[in-house]
Amino acid sequence: MTAAPATATAPPDDCLARNDWICGDYLATRRHILLDAVLQHLHLTVVSVLLGLVIALPLALVARRWRWAVGPVLGLTTVLYTIPSLAMFSLLLPLYGLSATLVIVGLALYSLTLLVRNILAGLAGVPEEAKEAARGMGYGPLRQLLAVELPLAVPAAMAGLRIATVSAVALTTIGAIVGHGGLGNLIYAGMNAYFKAQVLTASVLCVVIAVAFDLLLLGLERLLTPWRRA
Amino acid sequence: MSTLGEVWTWLGTGANWAGENGVWHRLVEHVSLTVGCLSASCLIALPVAVTLGHLGRGGALAVNLANVGRAVPTFAVLVLLLLTPLGRHGDWPTFIALVLFALPPLLTNAYVGMRGVDRNVVEAARGMGMSGRQLVWRVEVPLALPLMLTGVRIAAVQLVATATLAALVGGGGLGRIITAGFNLASTPQVVAGAVIVAVFALLLEAVFEVAQRLGPAWVRGRAR
Repeated sequence: MTAAPATATAPPDDCLARNDWICGDYLATRRHILLDAVLQHLHLTVVSVLLGLVIALPLALVARRWRWAVGPVLGLTTVLYTIPSLAMFSLLLPLYGLSATLVIVGLALYSLTLLVRNILAGLAGVPEEAKEAARGMGYGPLRQLLAVELPLAVPAAMAGLRIATVSAVALTTIGAIVGHGGLGNLIYAGMNAYFKAQVLTASVLCVVIAVAFDLLLLGLERLLTPWRRA
Repeated sequence: MSTLGEVWTWLGTGANWAGENGVWHRLVEHVSLTVGCLSASCLIALPVAVTLGHLGRGGALAVNLANVGRAVPTFAVLVLLLLTPLGRHGDWPTFIALVLFALPPLLTNAYVGMRGVDRNVVEAARGMGMSGRQLVWRVEVPLALPLMLTGVRIAAVQLVATATLAALVGGGGLGRIITAGFNLASTPQVVAGAVIVAVFALLLEAVFEVAQRLGPAWVRGRAR
């Protein structure tokens, strides 16, 4: 192989210069950018789903306690779910401005439908005998709810939580429109710069995060319901 | 609530509805994109789901596809396709990304519907000497239709919502009003665009609801 004379105009022969889809140099040189984006992504997802859970649980309990509330609660959360994500973030814009809060509130509103529905289904599926046994042991309504009904509703609620979390990971990318999209920011910037390695790496990381959360929640469900492993 | 007033003014201004970047033009783009993608994904998903459902194979595929579909950000798929050589061909990346996005609910619902047909009914039809083809068209598909149509409804509403993302990669549709508003730093236009998209999505949901309630009993499905 003859050594080509190095000229100032010749592009360096590495995958960044070639704009390859898969590029080790990208991973090495942009490690911190990627890490920051992943952390922001995790933060947005976790906080929004937790916020959704904090709102969904009382809503589900209200809907269970007063039957007339079921229709309005399910109707409202379903309507929220129908609003397109780009529109949802835009509608909240006057309230929160270009902030992470905007993305978190938007994602939390999305998770409500899945969470409320599944918690209600879980509570409805608690066997009557279990509740009678609790009453027979002298449990009051609150203790019965906390010690018997909610634990037995965990599997159904967890199914909703898993779907909500996985969807939230994917939807977070749209937050890039307001500059708070975690890995979505990298995808957005990569699109404008035609930077293939950045777009592919960020996209793959999104899917990896979604799968990791799903497995984590599956493990948590098994921990919370030891009686089902018998 | 001055923002609301400004949004109202924006919506009331005729100039915002007319022309190349006007609401009407974007709405037509949005509808044609949605209808095109929905038709294409139905043409792909329904025959596959009916065949697999009839044969009783591919249950794991249907379930896993639904899960994968939720985990993959449509925006990422859109941008990835845009950066491939396909990106030089106008709307194709958007079209393909949206079709991929609509496939999971269609496949899953149609498959579950086909498998949900009462086995006794299927056995009875077989006993009457129906061939496989007759069984599919006269027994299984009619009985699976309500669930299949639910899948179409879910896919349609999600498509209307997701088609707005086309604007993020420079495509047409109602999302363009929102992104243009962002670029102009015009909150009223952003919110007005969002309201139009949201109303459109909710209207479509309502149309499906009414159609299903008024539709013939075999479309609605019997009480189970």
